[in-house]
Amino acid sequence: MNISNLGPVTGIRGNPGTRLIRCWITLLSITLLAGCSDGHISFLDPQGPIARAQYEHFWFVIGMCLIVVLPVFIFTPLIAWRYRYHGKAVYKPSWAFSKVMDTLIWGVPFVVVAIMSVVLWQQTTTLDPYKPLDGPQKPLQVEVVGFDWKWLFIYPDQGIATVGRLVIPADRPISFRLTSASVMQTFFIPALGSQMDVMNRMVTRLHLKASHTGTFKGRNMQYNGRGFHKQQFDVDAVSPEAFDEFVQRVKQQGQPLGRQAYTALSRRGTSEDVARALGLHGDTVRFSRVSGALFSTIVNSAHADWAAPVARPPRAGPAATTNGDSTHPGTTMPARAIPLRQTTRATSLPQADHQHRETAQ
Amino acid sequence: MSTQPSRHPGLNLGEPHAEAHSANEEFVFGFWVFMMSDFIIFGLLFATYATMLGGQAGGPGPDELFELRGAFIETMLLLVSSFTFGMASLALKYREDRKWLIIWLLISLVLGVAFIGHELLDFHRMFDKGGVPSRSGFLSAFFALVPLHGLHVTAACIWLIALLGQIAVHGLDHGVKISLTRLAILWHFLDIVWIGIFSLVYLGGLA
Amino acid sequence: MNHLSDLLLGRLGRDALPFWEMLKDPTTSSIINGIIATGAAAMVILGALVVAGLLTWYGKWKILWRDWLTSPDHKKIGIMFIIIAMVMLLRAVIEAAIMRAQQALGLGGGFLSPEHFGQLFTTHGTIMIFFMAMPFLTGVINHVMPLQIGARDLSFPVMNTVSLGLTAAGAALVMVSLVLAPFSTGGWSGYPPFTESAVNPGAGVDYWIWAVTLSTLSSTLTGINFAVTIYKKRTRGMNLMRMPLFCWVSLCTAILMIFGMPPLTVATALLALDRYLDFHFFTADLGGNMMNYINLFWAFGHPEVYILILPAFGIYSEIFANFSGKQLYGYTTLVIATMAIAVLSFTVWLHHFFTMGQSAHVNAVFGIATMLIGIPTGVKIYDWMLTMYRGRVRFSIPMVYALGFLMLFTLGGLSGIILATPSVDYQVHNSLFLVAHFHNMLIPGLLFGMLAAYNYWFPKAFGFRLEERWGYRAAFSWIIGFMLAFFPLYALGLLGMPRRTVTFFTPAYLPWTLAAGLGALVILFAVYCLIMQLWQSVRLRQENATPIGDPWDGRSLEWATPAPPPEYNFPVLPEVYSHDPFTEQKSGGRAYQRPERYADITMPANTAMGVITAVTGFLMAFGLTWYMWWLVIASGAVALIAVIARGYARNTTRVIPAAEVQRTHERWLDDVARTTPVTRDHEHTRANRGLAVPPEQGAIQ
Repeated sequence: MNISNLGPVTGIRGNPGTRLIRCWITLLSITLLAGCSDGHISFLDPQGPIARAQYEHFWFVIGMCLIVVLPVFIFTPLIAWRYRYHGKAVYKPSWAFSKVMDTLIWGVPFVVVAIMSVVLWQQTTTLDPYKPLDGPQKPLQVEVVGFDWKWLFIYPDQGIATVGRLVIPADRPISFRLTSASVMQTFFIPALGSQMDVMNRMVTRLHLKASHTGTFKGRNMQYNGRGFHKQQFDVDAVSPEAFDEFVQRVKQQGQPLGRQAYTALSRRGTSEDVARALGLHGDTVRFSRVSGALFSTIVNSAHADWAAPVARPPRAGPAATTNGDSTHPGTTMPARAIPLRQTTRATSLPQADHQHRETAQ
Repeated sequence: MSTQPSRHPGLNLGEPHAEAHSANEEFVFGFWVFMMSDFIIFGLLFATYATMLGGQAGGPGPDELFELRGAFIETMLLLVSSFTFGMASLALKYREDRKWLIIWLLISLVLGVAFIGHELLDFHRMFDKGGVPSRSGFLSAFFALVPLHGLHVTAACIWLIALLGQIAVHGLDHGVKISLTRLAILWHFLDIVWIGIFSLVYLGGLA
Repeated sequence: MNHLSDLLLGRLGRDALPFWEMLKDPTTSSIINGIIATGAAAMVILGALVVAGLLTWYGKWKILWRDWLTSPDHKKIGIMFIIIAMVMLLRAVIEAAIMRAQQALGLGGGFLSPEHFGQLFTTHGTIMIFFMAMPFLTGVINHVMPLQIGARDLSFPVMNTVSLGLTAAGAALVMVSLVLAPFSTGGWSGYPPFTESAVNPGAGVDYWIWAVTLSTLSSTLTGINFAVTIYKKRTRGMNLMRMPLFCWVSLCTAILMIFGMPPLTVATALLALDRYLDFHFFTADLGGNMMNYINLFWAFGHPEVYILILPAFGIYSEIFANFSGKQLYGYTTLVIATMAIAVLSFTVWLHHFFTMGQSAHVNAVFGIATMLIGIPTGVKIYDWMLTMYRGRVRFSIPMVYALGFLMLFTLGGLSGIILATPSVDYQVHNSLFLVAHFHNMLIPGLLFGMLAAYNYWFPKAFGFRLEERWGYRAAFSWIIGFMLAFFPLYALGLLGMPRRTVTFFTPAYLPWTLAAGLGALVILFAVYCLIMQLWQSVRLRQENATPIGDPWDGRSLEWATPAPPPEYNFPVLPEVYSHDPFTEQKSGGRAYQRPERYADITMPANTAMGVITAVTGFLMAFGLTWYMWWLVIASGAVALIAVIARGYARNTTRVIPAAEVQRTHERWLDDVARTTPVTRDHEHTRANRGLAVPPEQGAIQ
């Protein structure tokens, strides 16, 4: 399946049974969703090409499995009833093997699995989160940092950042670089596509695209403490003009991401707590100036240079990669050795506060 | 050559030892299975060590910390002790009296204790050079694998002392024979694990 | 003085008491949660006091010590394992019900604090896997397998008591954590760096580490015991391909335990080194790598789930064959499928973390391997259906569980294939879809199997059948309750709701969480039915007595003994000539024969090793958790001395004289002669004293 096309949903050529079930489920979901204005929460209502492909593969898997599963549902009650103790059916107490039956019950699942394996290989490779999305447009670079319990979104080419809200242009590939500034977390926007783990000192990659404008829900999926359930964010896919306006607005109305802001981020709390710490209302924060090296500094855990110049100029061509971080984690240990003093642990940026009670700033 | 049935892999005591020889079938088999599970643990620690070779975090590495001479001495101590324990097993099987059995066992014990002592001194030397487990992932992995082996050797030595006591109290009865057979397996197994450590950790690190 | 109490108590302080937070900082939330926590702690203390009180009142301490705690008898040990499992089942189901209630009422809030919820899902998972499922299946195999292979006991009875002691110690530790809180909030999987001391320095994660360590050591020893027994103690004529299928799965389960538990022992040990001695295995900095933990954990975790399910498969094989009055279909195929599952279970562990950033090809390989392992499982399902085909199916309570299993487990398999597909897993990983899937495998798979085994073998173990009305109510309530509690979770997972979340802010989730909450209530009712069933059964034990020992017209050797069997199982070890040896004997009129001669029987003597292991194991783990180093050293020393001392022991057996064996056996044979055999029509009536009308050429009457 070529996901770079924005064609209409072709759907799987499943049998009428699965299509009916699919309609019913989608209807049910939409009915339940109709009452709320929370935005798209699930891949059952896909809003991007990745989520759409996953949706279709999901139904394909169910359809194929039903070949093996349906007979169990049909025949178990039938056999149990027909051959009941007080029934009149034939009784063969020593009948314990049949070549035909064995060939069927080994052979059919084997064929089903073989077919599904081919499709699985294809789909896994095509939908690899590390694979850049095709398209005429240059991807937008976004760097994501997971904190306890909020997400920081850095736009390295624009030199801005936000907390708690991700604004992206619709119909344009987004190329994510992700890391964690605390424990292991998982970044997830269900309506758009795959989830991806984020780990401290490592960089993972993700590529998504929103097919059209809309609001989607995003969240952390990996438990990381008592604020886990609040670690959610909104994703707004807007027109390219609206996106440019958004960038301008942030540059004008946001505050610079310096030491004070980073201290607020490092403290355990939600995006709302960060906003409050920085003297703002609501649960999102906008940063008008971000050091270009902030993301790699967090990854490499050297000291941040708060006086460093702002964003690099926009990159030309498809997603350029920095040192080795387009490969998979485990091979992304920092390229340059950081000299460390013998007796202390490596220091990260201002120490994350891991105590139970949040200290006042 | 006798045509006695072999009841388990390794040195069988044979018919003259009647009860112990038959009972060993089950006991020794069980002990081999236990050794397999222990082998998995060591294998996983080897794998962990291999994946953490790169995790030196700027701290001291094999070049600064490993000394081939010391590792070689430890290897010889264990290899010779395996030989002497083998002699003890042969003494158990072929001799009527206990004299040589006890002599060989004592020599093995001395060698085993010498190994542990030398290893402890070696760790101390590494600590002095900053090679402490809290320094890096690489050192953590080293200090999980090698001291676990050392702990096993310690346990084997304690077991050996306990068995010497049992020989004093009960004589060479079949309980003691069964136990000696199993201890022999542990002893040789630890020797093999040490060969792995010497090759992969010390030789590999310094190559 | 202060220094002394620090030394004695380690880091144990008043804040470990469950009501401390509530007293120090009273808010609505801390009070509600404090009351729940204190209530739970009170139950533990009350329960212990009630048991101790009853034992004292009825003067049963000596019997408890002599006949149970120091007994090396595999049948008694099996029963004790199952008792531990059932008590822990009760606790963990209540924890689940509380979590379900919280999520049903929890849109935007709820009554549980996030920390409390964190502990609940951690203890629920840890208990269900390590202290309910493992002891339950260990107990069933312990009790039944030696009887089925015609042995007198396991190969290493004393080691069996040590396994029991280690599990009891772990269970006790988890129970004590209710009184001296908190427990870990890291989930049953305990991923670092969340569980490292930088993030969670308290006693919680340490409780978890040591409880799990005790359990893994116990299971490793059990695996060795089972494997050696099956290899070395089969009776004459019982070659491997004549063993009941339940013994085959026991063998495969044992192999999985031997090879699958060490990775967890290593993972928790390394985590402990990180926490206690500042090592850097899984820290983010200084060269640590958290991904190593995840690989180690799931190298254990995947074989573990097959350890959990294979015994259930074995039980279902016995039940389908017996209650269809027919030979098990496809014995050889089932053996091959079981072995295939055991081997393949070591090749699929990566599917638990597809999202961790591996390359697509690596993910795809493991996805395909996972689908492959579904093939032998599917074959088993069809083999069981074909066992019923052309049989005469009786809808006993075990059969109700088995039929429910057949259909519900298959659904779980379907959701498993969905999760095995990496591209789709990227959507549903760590969501409630995953939770629904593994409960779908564990409840209809493992739990129904255990409950079926409980109903099936109870008359053999205790000499009377379980009461049936409450039994059927329990079975149907479990089936309906499971569906109502977990099918909504599939929907919730697809709608994006993650697991381990105390509350949610999407109103669309509410109808589903409410339905799931209702399901939890039905499950609570099912548990109540099980308790009522046991109560009534004990009351009605004279009426439902089956002393002859064959209430179901069984096919394998365990049914050829009295109920309960004597300590030595068989007066003379039987010789077998085929599958289903007891049915073969009964068909040929050769059952209940008087042996030519009786011999003295040597059995292992009672031993206190199990009790010593339990006490020292518990104290060491407790001491390690609370930094009470003197306790660790002292109990460790006692354990070491006990092991060494045991080596010196020589009077480790007792002889049962031939005359006594003869007396016991002939008394039973006289009973058999006096009893009226019944057909399967009267299987559930008082007339069934455990003697069956013999089959005619294999046809069950």
